[in-house]
Amino acid sequence: MTVIVPTHLRSYTNGQSEVESRGATLRDVLVDLEARFTGFRHRVIDEQDRIRPHVKFFVGGDEAHALDVPVGEREVQIVAALSGG
Amino acid sequence: MSMVTLFVSTRKGLWTLRSADRKRFTLDGPQHLGHIVHHTVVDPRDKKTVLAGVRTGHLGPVVMRSLDGGATWKEAASPPKFPKGEPRGRAVDHVFWLTPGHASQPNVWYAGTSPQGLFRSEDAGDTWTPVSGYNDHPDQSKWAGGDKDQTPDGGKLHSVLIDPRDAKHLYVGMSGGGFFESKDEGATWSPFSLGVENKYLPKLPDGQEHTFGDDPHCVAIHPQNPDRLWQQNHFGIYRLDRDKGERWTRVGKSMPADVGDIGFGIVLHSRDADRVWVFPMDGTDVWPRVSPSGKPALYTTRDGGETWHRQDNGFPREQAWFTVKRQAMCGDGRDPLGIYLGTTSGEVWATNDEGESFSCIARHLPEIYAVTVGA
Repeated sequence: MTVIVPTHLRSYTNGQSEVESRGATLRDVLVDLEARFTGFRHRVIDEQDRIRPHVKFFVGGDEAHALDVPVGEREVQIVAALSGG
Repeated sequence: MSMVTLFVSTRKGLWTLRSADRKRFTLDGPQHLGHIVHHTVVDPRDKKTVLAGVRTGHLGPVVMRSLDGGATWKEAASPPKFPKGEPRGRAVDHVFWLTPGHASQPNVWYAGTSPQGLFRSEDAGDTWTPVSGYNDHPDQSKWAGGDKDQTPDGGKLHSVLIDPRDAKHLYVGMSGGGFFESKDEGATWSPFSLGVENKYLPKLPDGQEHTFGDDPHCVAIHPQNPDRLWQQNHFGIYRLDRDKGERWTRVGKSMPADVGDIGFGIVLHSRDADRVWVFPMDGTDVWPRVSPSGKPALYTTRDGGETWHRQDNGFPREQAWFTVKRQAMCGDGRDPLGIYLGTTSGEVWATNDEGESFSCIARHLPEIYAVTVGA
C-alpha cells in the first residue's frame, strides 16, 4: 500500500512524499518503514507503543488510534497535527 | 587567544557565535531549523564531539551528534527511552540536559530528560540506556511530586554533575524534586537538600526538615574545589561546603532586598571558588521571572556569597524585561573570564572582563534555551 509522509518526516524518506510499504497492521507497516528508514518509528510512536500526541494516522481515510488496526491494501496517511507556534 | 565558539540553542534551531578576540562575534546558522534545541554541549575530552537534545512540536525526541565540532550532524542510533512496558508508562518527551562523563571515561555521557529520567551512554551519545537506580527508585515518583509539581512543559532532570575526583560520585537536580547524590555511579541515590527552604510543602512537626521536594533551578560543582557547590534555587541562592558540613546555606539573603535572589542560571569562576555570577529575576507576586523593575543586571560575589555587587554596565537602563533560562548562562574559562547569557527575546549578551561591561553580540534570534561554550 501507499504511505503518505508529511514534510516533517521526509528527511527519513529521502524526500519522498509517498512510499510503498506492506503489513497486515499499522504495527507491521511501521516495522517495515523502520527497517528502511532508521529512526522513523521513534519520531511518531513512543517507547510504550503510543502514537505521539501531535501525530495522527489515517488508514483508508479513518483515523487509527492504535497500532493493531488492520491495514491490508488501504492507504496510510501520517499527519503532523497542529501543535502550537 | 584561540577562537571562542558559543552554541546558542533555541526554540527554532541552533546557531553558533564565534570570535577570535571576544569583541567581534560572527553568527552562523541555523542548523536544525524549526527544531526545538534544548541543550548543546561539546565534549571537553576530545573537543570534537557535540551532542544536542532536539525535538519538534510534533515528533519524538532525539539526540543529534556531531563528531566534527558542530559542522555536520547525525541522529543518534538509539536516543534515551524508558523501558517498554515499564510500570509507570513513562515516555521521554525531550532530552533536556546533557553532561559529558568523567575524564577517565572518554565515551561516557549522561542525559537528563522530561519527564525526569537519567540516561547514560557509553559510546559518545550514539546509544543510551536508562539509569535504573534513579529512574526506578521506589521514591522517585514521590521525589518528583507528581504531575502538578512540575515546570510548565514537564519536569526536568538537570544539573547532572560528576565529581572530578571520583567517576562514581554523581549529583542530579530535579525541577521539581530537589537535589540528589549517588556515590556508586547511579545505583543508589539519596536526597541532598538539607538547609534549602521549601515553601511548597507544609511544615513538618517537631522542627523536622524536608529532605526533598524543593526546586533547584541550576546547580554547579567547582572544578578545582569539588567540595564546594553552588545552587540557584527557586527559593534563593545557596552554597554548600561538603568538607565543612552537609547543609546548604542561603547566601542570597545578602542580596539587595529590592532585587531578591531568585533566578535560574549560575556561573562559577573557573579559578576562584568564592566567585559566582547570578542573573536575578523577579520572584515576587505571581513570579514574573523578568529582570526586576525592567533593569537587567548580573550580581557577583567575590567572597563566597557574603556580599554581592551589581554589574549592569552596557545593559539597557530601563524597560528591558529579560528572562534568562537556566542553561542560557555560561562562562568561557578564559582569563579574564568571559560570561554569556541568552534571553528568551533572542538576544545574546557578553562580557569579556568578568562583568565590568556588557555588549549585545546577537539579536533577533528565536527564544533562547541554552548558551554553551564550545571547545
